[in-house]
Amino acid sequence: MTWSWEHFFQYLFSGYIVEGAWTTVWLAVVSMILGCSLGVVLAFMKMSDRRPMRLIANTYIWLWRGTPLLVQLVIIYTGLPQIGIRLGVVESAILALSLHEGAYFAEIVRAGVMSVNKGQEDASKALGMTWAQQMRIVTIPQAIRVIIPPLGNQFNLMLKTTSLASVISMEELLRHAQQLAQIEFRVLEVYLVAACWYILLTTIWAQVQKRLESHYEKPFGPAGKPEAAPSINKIADITSTQA
Amino acid sequence: MNTVEHTRNADRTLGDPIVQISNVAKSFHGNKVLHDVSLTVRQGEVVVIAGRSGSGKSTLLRCVDYLETIDSGEIRACGHLMGFKESAGGKRTALKEADIARQRQDLGMVFQSFNLFPHLTVLDNIVVPPVQVLKADEDATRAHARELLDRVGLPDKENAYPSQLSGGQQQRVAIARALAMKPKVMLFDEPTSALDPEMISEVLDVMIDLSTQGMTMIAVTHEMGFARAAADRVLLMHDGHIVEEAPPEKFFNNPDSEHTRLFLSKILSH
Ligand SMILES: Nc1ncnc2c1ncn2[C@@H]1O[C@H](COP(=O)(O)OP(=O)(O)OP(=O)(O)O)[C@@H](O)[C@H]1O
Ligand SMILES: [Mg+2]
Repeated sequence: MTWSWEHFFQYLFSGYIVEGAWTTVWLAVVSMILGCSLGVVLAFMKMSDRRPMRLIANTYIWLWRGTPLLVQLVIIYTGLPQIGIRLGVVESAILALSLHEGAYFAEIVRAGVMSVNKGQEDASKALGMTWAQQMRIVTIPQAIRVIIPPLGNQFNLMLKTTSLASVISMEELLRHAQQLAQIEFRVLEVYLVAACWYILLTTIWAQVQKRLESHYEKPFGPAGKPEAAPSINKIADITSTQA
Repeated sequence: MNTVEHTRNADRTLGDPIVQISNVAKSFHGNKVLHDVSLTVRQGEVVVIAGRSGSGKSTLLRCVDYLETIDSGEIRACGHLMGFKESAGGKRTALKEADIARQRQDLGMVFQSFNLFPHLTVLDNIVVPPVQVLKADEDATRAHARELLDRVGLPDKENAYPSQLSGGQQQRVAIARALAMKPKVMLFDEPTSALDPEMISEVLDVMIDLSTQGMTMIAVTHEMGFARAAADRVLLMHDGHIVEEAPPEKFFNNPDSEHTRLFLSKILSH
């Protein structure tokens, strides 16, 4: 069988593939939202001054970062039923992806919060802020700038990592490509179509990420260099040149 | 530093004790930084604390605001037993952080490194804390903030961001921000040490102005011109002890402690 452009374009815009791509998008978005929420909780547990909290968070992060997502996925979907926990394909996929994301995002959030100058905490406390007020008014708005770029990278990874869920027969992009390949036998065309859709999704995301980053990267306040008070010498210079 | 006239009002009437530090001790990891420090500051009084680096000045000030916990002794400020709740039987229990936050509302603190909120405009730096923390009326707070900016000589900077200001301007905003909480006591930790020499006096002028208006102040500073002009008492800390405690005339001309003489000779030779 030789390469066929005709089949390639036929698959590229086939409803079945587009449907798979759409599933990939929402699976990534939902897992990212849940994973990031878990990551925030874990990050604050890790920074807690209570030892059990830190222990739980650290153990979780250690376990989830130390094992492959693929293994976590099959444990959740095919292993848990053995002890009576039966989750559907979609639930298992979302659960595995978000639990995994949480472990990575926790470190990102922690790094962001730690990047905020210690003096900000002193000032917040001295102004009578509670810890929650300090986080909301002072720390988080500053930490966001540090968190946004790695958050963007995580979502790029997530868009591609969802393909692992095909092994538990989640009907996402790769799974639909596999099904199509089994019927059509045009393996190269079909998988290149899948690759094209992934690159389209990650490219669109890259543009969004660029916007977000440029929004959060610019220095606080309007662009421009710090305005120094004119020194006595400068004023003397001005007056002497005018004279 | 310009030669400031003796603006200190000799017959300024001091009120009741407002800050009482009693036998406070504090260590960091076994390293004792404060040894049995006691100090009473009365309402309207201006106390300057000097002492060489590492003598415990910042730690003492931070303990007053309970930014640091203490190992023993007690600190009473603005009617609060800082960090603790006292029940009828005299039993003490450590307060939760939200309650300590409430105690801190009565004290204002100004830091060496300004610590303005870089993501907020000058006006928001001043308005947001009272509105969020004290649930103060926003319009009234904004009007008060503008008055304060006027008072610290920065009426035209309300829309600037901290990064657009010079150090001296930032520190004056930090003072305005602390004052917006209407504190009963102001604590200053080397407010001018991070400033270029030409900006020091603009900050000290604001502090002197504040002192003449009756604000109770505890200021850690090596600006002896300020001590002469505004202080009721000058203290010298040495290795976690207060070794000298005297009115400015006596502190500068006839100190009791050898440490003070040594300290003054070093300061004045600079
Ligand atoms: N958070 C901390 N952890 C450990 N040690 C500390 C801490 N803060 C202060 N110290 C130590 O306590 C001692 C007193 O510090 P402190 O900052 O109170 O001195 P200082 O008189 O303010 O000095 P400086 O003039 O340099 O500001 C120093 O030896 C310092 O290293
Ligand atoms: Mg200090």
